[in-house]
Amino acid sequence: MLRYTIRRLVQLVGVVLVLSMLLFAWLRLLPGGPVSALLGERATPESREALTKQLGLDQPIFVQYFKFLGRAATGDFGVSTGVQPGDSALDIFLQRFPATIELSFFAILIAVAVGVPLGYLAAKRRGGWFDNLSVVGSLIGVAVPVFFLAYLLKDVASSALGLPSQGRQDAIDATRVTGFFTLDGVITGEWDATFNALQHLILPAIALATIPFAVIFRITRAAVLDVLDEDFVRTAESKGLTAPVIRRRHVLRNAMLPVVTTIGLQTGALLSGAVLTEKVFSFAGVGQALAIGFERRDYPVLLLLIIMATIVYVVVNLLVDLSYALIDPRIRTR
Amino acid sequence: MALGVTKKEKIDGLAESAGVSLAASAWKRLRRSPVFLIGAVIIGIFVVLSLLSPWLAPHNPSDPMLIGQVVKARNEIPPPQPGHPLGGDLQGRDFFSRLLVGSQQTLVVGVGATLIGLTGGLILGTLAGAIGGWVDSVVMRIVDVMLSLPSLLLAFSIAAMFAKPSQFTVILAVAIVQIPVFARLLRGSMLAQRHSDHVLAATALGVKRGSIVFRHMLPNSLSPVIVQSTLVLATAIIEAAALSFLGLGNPDDRIPEWGQMLGDVQNVFDTHPQLAAWPAVCIIIVALGFTLMGETLREALDPKNRR
Repeated sequence: MLRYTIRRLVQLVGVVLVLSMLLFAWLRLLPGGPVSALLGERATPESREALTKQLGLDQPIFVQYFKFLGRAATGDFGVSTGVQPGDSALDIFLQRFPATIELSFFAILIAVAVGVPLGYLAAKRRGGWFDNLSVVGSLIGVAVPVFFLAYLLKDVASSALGLPSQGRQDAIDATRVTGFFTLDGVITGEWDATFNALQHLILPAIALATIPFAVIFRITRAAVLDVLDEDFVRTAESKGLTAPVIRRRHVLRNAMLPVVTTIGLQTGALLSGAVLTEKVFSFAGVGQALAIGFERRDYPVLLLLIIMATIVYVVVNLLVDLSYALIDPRIRTR
Repeated sequence: MALGVTKKEKIDGLAESAGVSLAASAWKRLRRSPVFLIGAVIIGIFVVLSLLSPWLAPHNPSDPMLIGQVVKARNEIPPPQPGHPLGGDLQGRDFFSRLLVGSQQTLVVGVGATLIGLTGGLILGTLAGAIGGWVDSVVMRIVDVMLSLPSLLLAFSIAAMFAKPSQFTVILAVAIVQIPVFARLLRGSMLAQRHSDHVLAATALGVKRGSIVFRHMLPNSLSPVIVQSTLVLATAIIEAAALSFLGLGNPDDRIPEWGQMLGDVQNVFDTHPQLAAWPAVCIIIVALGFTLMGETLREALDPKNRR
C-alpha cells in the first residue's frame, strides 16, 4: 500500500514536469500575449518592447522555462500580469484555491446527499413511477447548461429565498486564517462569519452540484440494482436480518465502490463547472481566475493554477483508489 | 392460440433460442422502449426543422427589421406583435425566425464536433488497440494527459489558440476534447478482442493483419463508441454554449446558433430573461433527446440486459 502510494506520487512528479513544459510552450503560442493585453492595441512599439523586456519575454523560450523552473524551486512562480496585476501568482493561488475547494466540496456534498439515497430508492422501486421520474429528472439535469441554471438560481431563487448571489462573503470584519471562509469562522469563533460564508455558498454549490448529482444518482442506481440480484442479499433476507441492516451492511457497502470511483472522476468536471458558476456568481475562485487569466494572457497565474488543478485531480483519484481498501476488505489483504 | 401466445410470438421465441445477433435483439428492445421513442421523436423533429428552417422562418434572421423599436438607453426591445410572435432581439431582428434558423447551426455544431472527435478517437484508439506495444503506451499517455485536464478548460484553451474565433474553431475545440474519450473506449474493446476466439481463428486461417483489424476487430468494437457518439451530440451542443458564454464563441451572429444566442445575452439576463430562456429551452430539449436515445441504446446493447 505504502509502496503503491509512493509509486503513484513519483509518477505525479513526472506528469507535472511534462505538463508544465507543454503548458509553458503552448501558452506562449496563444495569439496576443500579456503585453498586448496590458498596453492595448495602440501602444507604441517602444513601450511594448520595454514591457516585453521587463517581463523577460524577449528571451528564448527554453531559457524562460529554465528560469521559471529555477525560481519555482524556491517557491517563486512569477508575478500576475492580468488577474490581479502585481500580486504573486502563489498568493493568488493561496487566496483563490480554498474558495473553489469549498465550493466543490459543498457541491459534492449536496450531490452525494441527494444522489445516493435517490439512486437507492429508484433501484428498490425499479420500473415504478418514482424510478422513471427520477431517471428522466437526472437526464434533464445533464441537459441543462450549467451557467443558465446558475443565472436562474441567481435571479429567481436568490430573491425568493433572500440568499446572497454575489461573492464569497459580505464585507464583514472577519479574521482570515486558512483562506477557507467557513473554516476560519469556526477557528476564530466568529460564527456569524461562517454563517455568512455558508449563505454565499448555497446557490453556487447547488448550480455546480447538478453535474455530479446526475452521474452519482445513475451510478448508485445501477450499482444497487447489481447488488440486489446477488445471492448474499437473498441469504441475508432469508436468515432474517432486518431491512436496515441489509441495506447498510450488504447492499450499500457493496454498491459504494463504483460510486466512490465516480466521485473521484467528477473532480475534473467540477472544475469545468466552477469556471462557469464562479463567473455567474462573481465568486473569487480558481475558475474565475482562469477565465480572466485566459482573457488577459496571464502566463504565470494560468500555469500555476492549471498545474495545481491537475495535481488535485490526480491526488483525489489516488485517495479514491486508497479508499477502496477501507470500503472493501478483500482489497485490503492484497 | 392456446395460452394467449400468438404465432408471431412463438416464431420470435424460436428465433431467439436459435440465436439472434446482439444488434437485432437490441433493436427489438429499443422499438418497445417508450423512452427511446420519445428521444427519437424529439431528434426527428429537430433534424427536420433544422433542414427546413430557411423556408419555414417567416423573416430573415439577420434582418434588423424592428430596429426602430429598440431603445438602447431605456433597454427596450421589440415586444411580441402580429407577425413576430416572440418579438425581436437586442438588434431588432425577428426572434422567432432566429430561434427556428438557429436549429440548423446547432445541428452543425453537434454533428460536426461529434464526427471530428469520433474520427480522431477512432484513429488513435485503433492505433493503440491494434498495434499495441510502444504505440499503445505513447497514445495512452497522451490520452491520459488530455483526460487529466478538465474538459471545459481544455476546450477553452484550444478555442483561445485561434486569433479569430469562428463557428469552426468552436466545433474544433469541442471536438478535440472528445477525442481521448473515444480513443479510450475503442482501445478498451479492441484489447478485449485481441485474444478472443474469432480473432484467433482468423489469424489461424492466415487472414492479413489489416483485415483482421478492420473487418473483424473494429466492427465488433463499435457499439460503445456509437452509444458515446449519441451522448456526445448532446454534450457538444452544451459545451459550445459554454464557450460562447465565456466569450470564445462565434462572434458573427448573422447566422444564429442556440448556444451563441444563449451565451451572448448574459448581460441582459435579468432584464430580458426570455432572450436566454427560449434558446436554453431548445438546447435542453434537444440535448435531452440525444441523451434519452444514447442511454436507452446503451441499455439495449448491454449483454447483461439481454433476455
